[in-house]
Amino acid sequence: MDAAQALADLQEISSQIQAAVVFDEEATVVASTVADEARSRELVGAAVELLSAASASAPGEAQLVQLEASTGEGSVFVVRDAGRRLVATTGPEPTVGLVFYDLKSCLRALDTEPAKRPRKRKTAAAKKAPTKEAGDAT
Amino acid sequence: MQRKARTLVGFSAGVLAGTLLYRRGTRGRRERVDLYFDDGSMVSLAEGQQVTETLLPIARRILAAARNGR
Repeated sequence: MDAAQALADLQEISSQIQAAVVFDEEATVVASTVADEARSRELVGAAVELLSAASASAPGEAQLVQLEASTGEGSVFVVRDAGRRLVATTGPEPTVGLVFYDLKSCLRALDTEPAKRPRKRKTAAAKKAPTKEAGDAT
Repeated sequence: MQRKARTLVGFSAGVLAGTLLYRRGTRGRRERVDLYFDDGSMVSLAEGQQVTETLLPIARRILAAARNGR
C-alpha cells in the first residue's frame, strides 16, 4: 500500500492522532500528514534523536521497538518495524494501547501489496469466436 | 457592609474551590516516557529522572513542530 494512503487511512480511523510521519532508517521522510516539508524533516530529526537517546537506556541487549513520551501538552509515539519508523503526536492522555495498535497496523499495511484488479475472464464462446480484422472481406 | 463581606467570602471560597479542582485535575498528568522492547519488556521512566529530563525536551520539540506545521 502507498505510504500516503496508509497515513490517510490512519488519520481516518484514529481521531486521536494529530500528526504522523513515516520515515526510513536514513531519516528520509517517506510520507507525512504535515503540510510543511521542512517541519516534517524537523519532526523526523527529533524522532531519530529521541529513539537513539531512549535506546541508550535499554537494559541488556534488548532492542527498542516503540516508545511513548507523555507531556502536559500531548504525547509523542514512535514505532519501529523492520526498516521503517513512524512518529505520531496526539493530545494529552491518549488511549495508549489503541494508538500503538493503529500505528503498528499502519506500518504493516505498507508491506502489503495493493489489491490487484480482477482480470476479465473470457468465456469459452468468446475465445472460440474469431475476431474481425480490418481489411477482411465480409 | 454585610453585602460586601458576603461577596468577599463568596469570592474567596470560589477561588479556593477552583484551585483545589485544578490541582486534583493535574495530579494525574505526570510526565513520563514509556519504552517497549523486542523481548516484551517495558520500562516506565518517571519525570525527574536523568534520562527523562533528556527525552522530554525532545518530545516537546516534536509536539511544537507538529503544531506549527499544520
